[in-house]
Amino acid sequence: MKIKLLAMIDASNLSITFGSGSKAVHAVQNVSFSVKEGESFGIVGESGSGKSTILRALAGLNRDWRGELKINNELLSPKRHVNFYRNLQMVFQDPYGSLHPRHTVNDILNEPLIIHNFPDRERRIDQALLEVGLGPDYRFRFPHQLSGGQRQRISIARAIIINPPILLLDEPTSALDVSVQAEILNLLQRMRKNYNLTYILVSHNLSVVAHMCDRLAIMNAGKIVEQLDVNDLRERTPSHPYTKQLLNASTGYDRSIADTLKWFD
Amino acid sequence: MQPILNVDKLSISFETPKGMVAAVRDISFTLGKERLGIVGESGSGKSQTGRAILGLTAKNGRVSADQILFDGVDLSRLPERRLRKIRGARISMIMQDPRYSLNPVMRVGEQIAEAFRVHTGAKKLQAKDRTIEMLNRVRIREPEKVYNLFPHEVSGGMGQRIMIAMMLIPEPDILIADEPTSALDVTVQLQILSILDDMVREQGMGLILISHDLNLVSSFCDRVLVMYGGQILESLKASDLADAKHPYTRGLLDCLPSVERQGELTVLTRDPKWLENKATSYD
Repeated sequence: MKIKLLAMIDASNLSITFGSGSKAVHAVQNVSFSVKEGESFGIVGESGSGKSTILRALAGLNRDWRGELKINNELLSPKRHVNFYRNLQMVFQDPYGSLHPRHTVNDILNEPLIIHNFPDRERRIDQALLEVGLGPDYRFRFPHQLSGGQRQRISIARAIIINPPILLLDEPTSALDVSVQAEILNLLQRMRKNYNLTYILVSHNLSVVAHMCDRLAIMNAGKIVEQLDVNDLRERTPSHPYTKQLLNASTGYDRSIADTLKWFD
Repeated sequence: MQPILNVDKLSISFETPKGMVAAVRDISFTLGKERLGIVGESGSGKSQTGRAILGLTAKNGRVSADQILFDGVDLSRLPERRLRKIRGARISMIMQDPRYSLNPVMRVGEQIAEAFRVHTGAKKLQAKDRTIEMLNRVRIREPEKVYNLFPHEVSGGMGQRIMIAMMLIPEPDILIADEPTSALDVTVQLQILSILDDMVREQGMGLILISHDLNLVSSFCDRVLVMYGGQILESLKASDLADAKHPYTRGLLDCLPSVERQGELTVLTRDPKWLENKATSYD
């Protein structure tokens, strides 16, 4: 069976609620955005803003959402067919928590190939390892024998080994040192260029998103407060006061800024 | 500036199944009534330095120093019994994550009041009054209400403010803050730092801020020590950070993504020589 590979993501009026009644938490409220093929879209927000929750709904990890999610104009159901994951893979924040501790790198990379019936697995594993800058020597190591940066490279290799057109990146570098972060961000940029990938990158770090993305959405308390082009951010001309505050707070410690901070609800 | 802490040739190593591993090698620095930042990546020895000053090194660690001089006493040779009188009362420490530092089954107000009573011998009622006053100072609204909350009922930012209140209530001479804001949102981070800023100014306290965030440290502190592989590679005035000479410090600055900068990020290349020859001058 030939599987059509699609890219282009649409979310409209997406709402996600945890719990019910008086204890209901409206984590995501009426969020709409669309991502074009080959685009890199960023979602920025502070903890609890709902940014990762959106990603988890898109990836099919959370099935309890309302609204519409489309990939290339096809409506997504809460439950996904295995072929859906040929289109979309995800890289998580904590590479140690997302790799099986008792599986070798070889097992980890083999699994998606088995699930999606890829032939020629050994060659693909070696190639994916080279792609992420590690090489075949790493095939029989366990996650605990790797550094944080190397583990995140394995997570990326696992995501790209079946050549999906879309990658969801959930804080891919926030557990890493800045020097390692630079290497991983460069790797992700190179991948996107080489394979024309579509990214959705979620991060609390405005600089990382500005560096990686063409367009971004700023989230606060479950809502998108503003969507803007990264150039607007560069010229420091965002329109919403929350975005301005986030931008100011990201530049380091400044007493005059610290005294003006407000809460937006 | 008169130093209040003088660390001279501090070394720390750990016994592991693979032999001794050196975490900190022969570092010396002083702290005055100032904000001193210690910056480094994971494994650079920055946290171990902070812990060793307070005698909190893990059991498999060996600490040696010519001296760690504080108020005329050498902390590195002080028996545990006497060190306990200094720890908390005169030098205190804030850790990264308040969730692991607060007692989960005790009301937060009582934890702060306990810190005050233990170090000053004050009565219960007096301790409660002081606690409420302290909660006010770290800008917690409705301190009477927060006094009676349990740690799981407060947010991360509020938890860290509670930790700060607890550490500052005995009015220590030195506060060591080990990544006090790295688990927090940027806006909360600025608020926490401005509280620490006030305490340094008002109480004439010395502050050691340990962090991996070079930008944050350079914008907040007066002086910065850059650590790498257990050594201090460079010590500079925070305002001069942009003119840092050492290639490691430069590399750390250059590899940060920024809103303005586009294109490929510069990747840090490490030179083994950095650790061989500390005396190398980059002037």
